[in-house]
Amino acid sequence: MSGQAQSLLDLYRTMLTIRRFEERANALYMEGKIPSTLHLYIGQEAVATGVCAVLKRTDYVLSTHRPHGHAIAKGVAPRDIMAELYAKVTGCCKGKGGSMHAGDIRVGMPPAVAIVGGNAPIAAGMALACKFQKNGGVAVSFFGDGAANEGAVHEALNMAAIWSLPVVYVCENNLYGASTSFSTVFNIANVADRAPAYGIPGVIVDGNDVEAVREVAIEACARARAGAGPTLIEAKTYRLCGHSRSDPLTYRSKEEEAVWRARDPLVIAAQRLKERGEASDADLARVEAEVKAVIDEAVAFAETSPDPLATDALKHLFVGESA
Amino acid sequence: MPMMSIAEALRLAIREEMERDPRVFCIGEDIGVTGGFGGAFTVTLGLSEQFGHERVLDTPISEIGLAGAAVGAAMAGMRPIADVQYGDFLFCMMDQLANQAAKMTYMSGGTVSVPMVMRAPVGSTRRGSQHAQSLEAFMCHVPGLKVVAPATAYDAKGLLKAAVRDDNPVIVFEHKLLYGSKGARSEKGALSPVGEVPSEDYIVPIGKGIVRREGSDVTIVGKLLTMYQALAAAETLAQEGISAEVIDPRTLVPLDKELILASVRKTGRLVVAEEDNRTCGWAAEIAAMVAEEAFYYLDAPIARVSSIDTPPPFAPVMEAFYLPSADKIVDAVHKLMGKN
Ligand SMILES: Cc1ncc(C[n+]2csc(CCOP(=O)(O)OP(=O)(O)O)c2C)c(N)n1
Ligand SMILES: [Mg+2]
Repeated sequence: MSGQAQSLLDLYRTMLTIRRFEERANALYMEGKIPSTLHLYIGQEAVATGVCAVLKRTDYVLSTHRPHGHAIAKGVAPRDIMAELYAKVTGCCKGKGGSMHAGDIRVGMPPAVAIVGGNAPIAAGMALACKFQKNGGVAVSFFGDGAANEGAVHEALNMAAIWSLPVVYVCENNLYGASTSFSTVFNIANVADRAPAYGIPGVIVDGNDVEAVREVAIEACARARAGAGPTLIEAKTYRLCGHSRSDPLTYRSKEEEAVWRARDPLVIAAQRLKERGEASDADLARVEAEVKAVIDEAVAFAETSPDPLATDALKHLFVGESA
Repeated sequence: MPMMSIAEALRLAIREEMERDPRVFCIGEDIGVTGGFGGAFTVTLGLSEQFGHERVLDTPISEIGLAGAAVGAAMAGMRPIADVQYGDFLFCMMDQLANQAAKMTYMSGGTVSVPMVMRAPVGSTRRGSQHAQSLEAFMCHVPGLKVVAPATAYDAKGLLKAAVRDDNPVIVFEHKLLYGSKGARSEKGALSPVGEVPSEDYIVPIGKGIVRREGSDVTIVGKLLTMYQALAAAETLAQEGISAEVIDPRTLVPLDKELILASVRKTGRLVVAEEDNRTCGWAAEIAAMVAEEAFYYLDAPIARVSSIDTPPPFAPVMEAFYLPSADKIVDAVHKLMGKN
């Protein structure tokens, strides 16, 4: 979905695609169509959408165990992700990866890294390659508040800083790492407060406001491309769903959930579109219908795609051994 | 005698050890959060309510940190029971386990001890390549670590207690499909063996295996889930008139070699089943040991039934191809017996 100057309605469409994709994936999981657990991105759509709106197809995005939103925003086809969730051979990882490893290198997104924090040094390395190659490319590492406490993240941020790498670290602070709340594992109020310790800018943004996210991403990417080094963006957001499909959500309060539900990024964007006269209810309904068609098609594709062969397990261990 | 799942038996063992010894504490991610899961597989559920959050210590997502803190606390007189959510993340903590915990006693000429426990869930459960690996062989390869792998509720309680009381670092492998975790956190396709677990204090000594089924034609050694696959295979084989002996080593390091050797001397045939992948694997080590020490008792080559040498694939059809199974064990036995 990368490209120049997307309108708010474009951003809204991407966010809605993510939301409807996740809702449908959840329903299909409940029906037993998807063999694995899922970590859904519901509530955080504005972060991936706002950041990826600034990226070129050739820029890199590194994701986590919660990758569907990043993948859709970076331009991985929803049908390819859905087929992967179905464990079909047509999936974006040919059925090898599953939900936690969604990605498609053709649009700059390697398989998502489900080892929390593990993608941060990889993003630094991809940015290092961009720097060597002088290709103007940027790498973005999405990671959670929980991941921010991994040693790998600290090491990566420091290296990115000392080498002025063209990388943007986007911490999606949704207040929880699994069941563990932010305040129990941080002695500071913001992840971005750590940025000065690495000697890089730290920016806090409302992660439920897609335009605000895009704004800070524009600046961070410009800085990266100009050779001025990394930025640590902290997007304050919330997952409006369980951590994984087996999460009874008994560790957080209904009141807190209600506060954030009222700040649903899609609702915020829709209201703004109408206030500004950029979209009518009819326009929004049309987008809804367009998105529904995309998701329906993705599900139909997944349903009708073939399973891999059992012996496909042997393929792809090394490059070039088999297609 | 109370009947329990492995998750419940492990929880009971931890509770009893914490009640018995104030040096014992738990450390890990999401293990004691109020309203939380009790760890990824419910083993520590309710313990923070009883012992408080200081002794059931939730850590940031910092595997090097939590493993290292366990090492240090153990060196300074505590008895930590650490928890890694998925065995795959042992790779994240490997420096602290392999370079530090395993070597402190040796490097100090025997003057330092690291009495820590690291519990690690293993097994492929349709979560893709990074939440599925069986890393027993990796850990067994590190001199200085003891490694146990309880497959029954009785052994889970007894071996965990023995691990806590051992003065050395002990890795406890637990299989995700054997926990019998309740409710939403149970896994699809779980076996969930429930077994009798004495309420009184007991240990299962580290280093002692057990014959799970007696037989005379072939020895099948399996651990964790493959032990159950071996039992199922033995049942199938019995119907064909083949008598299989099933051995559960329970402890992987130090290995109860004599139990395996005695069985092979009797049966003359050996199949080793593991969920680890094949090359340089655990089964390879057992096979080598038997080839070295009981070669002349063998009537057939030794067979390994292992996961294939790839990362665990996601799609169920490929995962089944990747993993060992009772059928694959039966096939291996048929080959040794010259049946096809
Ligand atoms: C190295 C590592 N440790 C632990 C886990 C288990 N785990 C998966 S997601 C998760 C929580 C991650 O929290 P956060 O980084 O805030 O991301 P969020 O889930 O909130 O998107 C944990 C502990 C893991 N996948 N990798
Ligand atoms: Mg989080």
